[in-house]
Amino acid sequence: MTAPAMTKLNMVKALNWALLQEMERDPDVLILGEDVGVDGGVFRVTDDLQRKFGSQRVIDSPLAEAAIIGTAVGMALYGLKPVCEIQFSGFAFQCFHQIENHAARYRLRSQGRFHCQMVIRMPYGGGVRALEHHTESEEQFYAHVPGLKMVIPSGPRTARALLTSAIRDPDPVIFFESKALYHAAKEEVPEEPETLPIGRAQVVREGRDLTLVAYGAMLRVAREAADVLQAEDGVETEVLDLLTIAPLDRETIVASVGKTGRAVVVHEAPRSFGPAAEIAASIMEGAFLHLEAPVRRVTANDVSFVGFAREKANVPDVARVVAAARETLAF
Amino acid sequence: MPRTILEPRFQVEYLSILDSEGNLDAALDPKLPPGDLKALHRAMVLGRRLDERMVRLQRQGRIGTFAPIKGQEASQLGSVFTLRRTDWMVPSFRETAAMIWRGWPIEKILLFFAGYVEGGQPAPDQHDLPITVPVATQLPHAVGLAYAAQYRGDDAVVMAYFGDGATSEGDFHEALNFAGVWHVPVVFVCQNNQWAISVPLKKQTHSKTIAQKALAYGLPGIQVDGNDVLAVYAVAREAVDRARAGEGPTLIECVTYRLGVHTTADDPTKYRAEEEVRAWEQKDPLTRFRAYLEKKDLLEDGLEQRVDEEIAEAVRRFEATPPPDPLTVFDHVYAEMPPHLRAQRDELARWLREGAATGAEAPETPPRATPMRGQRLTRR
Repeated sequence: MTAPAMTKLNMVKALNWALLQEMERDPDVLILGEDVGVDGGVFRVTDDLQRKFGSQRVIDSPLAEAAIIGTAVGMALYGLKPVCEIQFSGFAFQCFHQIENHAARYRLRSQGRFHCQMVIRMPYGGGVRALEHHTESEEQFYAHVPGLKMVIPSGPRTARALLTSAIRDPDPVIFFESKALYHAAKEEVPEEPETLPIGRAQVVREGRDLTLVAYGAMLRVAREAADVLQAEDGVETEVLDLLTIAPLDRETIVASVGKTGRAVVVHEAPRSFGPAAEIAASIMEGAFLHLEAPVRRVTANDVSFVGFAREKANVPDVARVVAAARETLAF
Repeated sequence: MPRTILEPRFQVEYLSILDSEGNLDAALDPKLPPGDLKALHRAMVLGRRLDERMVRLQRQGRIGTFAPIKGQEASQLGSVFTLRRTDWMVPSFRETAAMIWRGWPIEKILLFFAGYVEGGQPAPDQHDLPITVPVATQLPHAVGLAYAAQYRGDDAVVMAYFGDGATSEGDFHEALNFAGVWHVPVVFVCQNNQWAISVPLKKQTHSKTIAQKALAYGLPGIQVDGNDVLAVYAVAREAVDRARAGEGPTLIECVTYRLGVHTTADDPTKYRAEEEVRAWEQKDPLTRFRAYLEKKDLLEDGLEQRVDEEIAEAVRRFEATPPPDPLTVFDHVYAEMPPHLRAQRDELARWLREGAATGAEAPETPPRATPMRGQRLTRR
């Protein structure tokens, strides 16, 4: 058996590939959003797709988030598979009602007669020196809504595979793309379409002393913290890449903490009622008797935005994760 | 650099064919065959009598809060009558008569208002969306359906219903704008019943008509006497034919009146005068259509009785519904039940089993229905 052909891509290009290949595969897949056509999206994720598939399939919509999602719901009810782009996750509150009231509920409301097979892509998170509403992490809002799936890849390969899975998933998927990761690094990506199961976390580094749970742009922070802990403290850290926020892969988290007895959860979203709280509760429910220390959270603070001049102090970094891990290990 | 008047200048038409005494403007007669006239009349009578029956069922606690249609039968049936089965109907929450016309069984509608999610399930081949409660949010869905029909090359038309209050919502304006830009086969039917709960039209908009709002989006808008079933039919026919011919969307404003309560949890004596209601009762859509059919000798003997029997049968079927199984609530959240929902389902099942084992009794009456948006609970 020959090794699959691989190409080195950044996350923008990897996402573009997923869209291109799924559109070639399935004529029901179409794209709509602001500036997604001629411009290829403000981050160029849909670059060149309108030229390939035409303006009926890659739709430069009027500037209205609620109608982008609302019309996509209608398209999905008809049997199409729209992939919507919301230009920045900070603007999605103007369509939150369409997501929560309708996309997430249509299967239940119609008792299975209708469902919304659709993907809502949004750039999220900080690290790109951007203005208010362009730097926030709001995954907790979607993770809390029954009927939605909430996915956040951590690099080019997981982004490509998860977007492919999301487009093929029969339920509505909120797909967050870290702006900081768009051009951060290139990875080998197989040329043939690849999928990853939604709802499954990955153990990206094995260890027996401590579990670090992270996702999106924070995965790199967690991995680097694990390197520091190994080099300076001789600690073997297990790192979990969550990939799907909801439905949460409790099984993998509980299995890991059952082994290590210690956990630190890292995210860019504000702390209170965030994903780390649900993860900590799941660890309590599933691995309480294995715990050697309280679960620690390293997150942004509970402020709505700080401005990029102060962003560095608000978003978790390697040093803070290492410090929290050391406190957990010393408990 | 003069100040000039731009072309084209816009205009909004108003159509009325049957006056409140049932006199026909023969020049405008849409010339429906007798069978169609009788079918429309029967559907209007059924809509009215079911509405009255449902109010009693609600007062008796047999169904929960619902939004009566009394007075709006012509607006609904004159428009929905123009659809084919393969077309799409997108309701808000006050379209009982139109829904029955589209094939929703009466007992399913009763189930819906009795708090059963099963009441929202259209039949597998039915091109109808279920009731949508958040005001105007269904309108972008209609535009999306129409886009999809056009994309697939189907000749389906989409008809979407909403009230005058909905025209203040952003989703209404966004839907009309998208429909205009995309030039899709959708017909927007506004049932302007003058009152959005307690807020009258003049506090809802400073526009002289709702129909004219279409002009801003580059689509035709027309106002029609919404209590005149022939006029509603005529404008809807035109709009549906235009849509099917690829000539784009239309906004229809049916000028009508909600003769009853907003919902069964509402008390309109608090905000509107009795004389106003009396005046609109003189323009009742059923009275005038009946008078017109009488002149044409098209009234059916015993129609009311037959309709009442049909309703009674449906109420019997509704009341024979087995008690709801609490465990089915997890069935349609996702295509495949994720582990956390399986766990919650098992937990509930265990609780229900153990509750029964400890002798805890199920409540005899269903819990009190909560009011719809903006409603107070009354004791009536």
